[in-house]
Amino acid sequence: MSNIPSELKYATSHEWVRNEGDGTVTVGITDHAQDLLGDMVFVELPDVGDEVSTGDDVCVAESVKAASDIYAPVSGEVIEVNEDLEDSPELVNSDAFGDGWLFKLKLDDASELENLLDAQGYKNSIDED
Amino acid sequence: MMTNKTVLHAKHLASGAKMVDFHGWEMPINYGSQIEEHHAVRQNAGMFDVSHMTIVDVQGTDAKAFLRRLVINDVAKLTVAGKALYTGMLNEEGGVIDDLIIYFFSDTNYRLVVNSATREKDLAWMTKQAAGFDLTITERPEFGMIAVQGPQAKAKVAKLLTPAQIVAVEGMKPFFGVQVGDLFIATTGYTGEDGYEIIVPDSAAEDFWQKLIDAGVAPCGLGARDTLRLEAGMNLYGLDMDETVSPLAANMAWTISWEPTDRAFIGRDVLTAQKAAGEQPKLVGLVLTEKGVLRTGQKVLTDLGDGALFEGIITSGTFSPTLGHSVALARVPRSVKVGDIVEVEMRKKLVKVQVTKPSFVRNGKKVF
Repeated sequence: MSNIPSELKYATSHEWVRNEGDGTVTVGITDHAQDLLGDMVFVELPDVGDEVSTGDDVCVAESVKAASDIYAPVSGEVIEVNEDLEDSPELVNSDAFGDGWLFKLKLDDASELENLLDAQGYKNSIDED
Repeated sequence: MMTNKTVLHAKHLASGAKMVDFHGWEMPINYGSQIEEHHAVRQNAGMFDVSHMTIVDVQGTDAKAFLRRLVINDVAKLTVAGKALYTGMLNEEGGVIDDLIIYFFSDTNYRLVVNSATREKDLAWMTKQAAGFDLTITERPEFGMIAVQGPQAKAKVAKLLTPAQIVAVEGMKPFFGVQVGDLFIATTGYTGEDGYEIIVPDSAAEDFWQKLIDAGVAPCGLGARDTLRLEAGMNLYGLDMDETVSPLAANMAWTISWEPTDRAFIGRDVLTAQKAAGEQPKLVGLVLTEKGVLRTGQKVLTDLGDGALFEGIITSGTFSPTLGHSVALARVPRSVKVGDIVEVEMRKKLVKVQVTKPSFVRNGKKVF
């Protein structure tokens, strides 16, 4: 089965969020999500400087199988995007929780993180699918 | 509905396949990465379990006369034992019931390979049309079928063959099949690469599959099979054509034999009228070199002049791993020409794409 690191937070729409502890977070899609999508061929990332709100569709992950919207799990300003995905979108498949990260946000409100699922909560949500 | 499993089901699980339901069959979609499987076929050798496909033997005094009526190509063109042809089987309205390959052994002995998704209606239609003909229609479910494809496919298969089988396939031209010993070996495929489709008795299928793995042939799933056939510009029944679509609108005109004019195949009157009217749409290729993937069902907008727009439709679209960008098959008005730029509605945006012939890659090389 897909692995679900316990140190991360999750959205039911299959994004993961890593709290960097300095008011910023890193966001990606879960191993479960990349497994459902299959081989990634393009990732359309947001622009640095974009202001995003929780639930906005901010990215498109396009796999051989389908195009899938990726939603902002929390609100904030995009401060960095993973430019390696331009040439190597398959990083999302091979290392969803590591080199396949998508973008980093400067949080508007750190308390929003509390609304996200922990690993067990996310596991329960995908078991229900 | 009960899920069917092929004789190779356990082998797929042993290779870590991700299984999906394919028209009632539990089949491998990939064994990890469908793109790597795709490249294995273009660059080396890959294999597909196609045991779900339906093998039907048509035998008897009237076999030839029956098939000359049943399908749009003319089996009378087949005179050398083992020669095959690709064609379509139409309903009375000129729509495609299925596409199929017919192997000729003699005027009283033919083998048909039809799609699994259309198995029941195909058999029902053939049985109905066979009334009054002296012949038997026999399904052959006791066989597995393995497609081994790629530039190294034949060399790798040769390692598994008996001396008699090697002699029999030596120099065999495309679209031939031969039964030697346990195996029916045919130079056909659905990838645009060299290779074989091999019919093997159920009892020997697992062993044969394993020996191919040991010979370095990569197991490939339905995902790679779809990107390979689409790059090769080969139709998929149910997407690129169905019972509501004329073969003239599905790049299948080349599979129609108009001569001799007195051969009364099913659908002939309708096709003749359609051809005279010249109004059938046609299937073309579309190429998008920017980011994004063309998908089945997306609208194609073509400018007919005077500001008039016509909507065509993408029948099959995908990312082409060989080319590194997206390609599609689309049904558009006959006035659209190769080289035209048309627009596709993708995720609420209009994107410009180039019209090509409906074929993108053959033998590993770009062909448009």
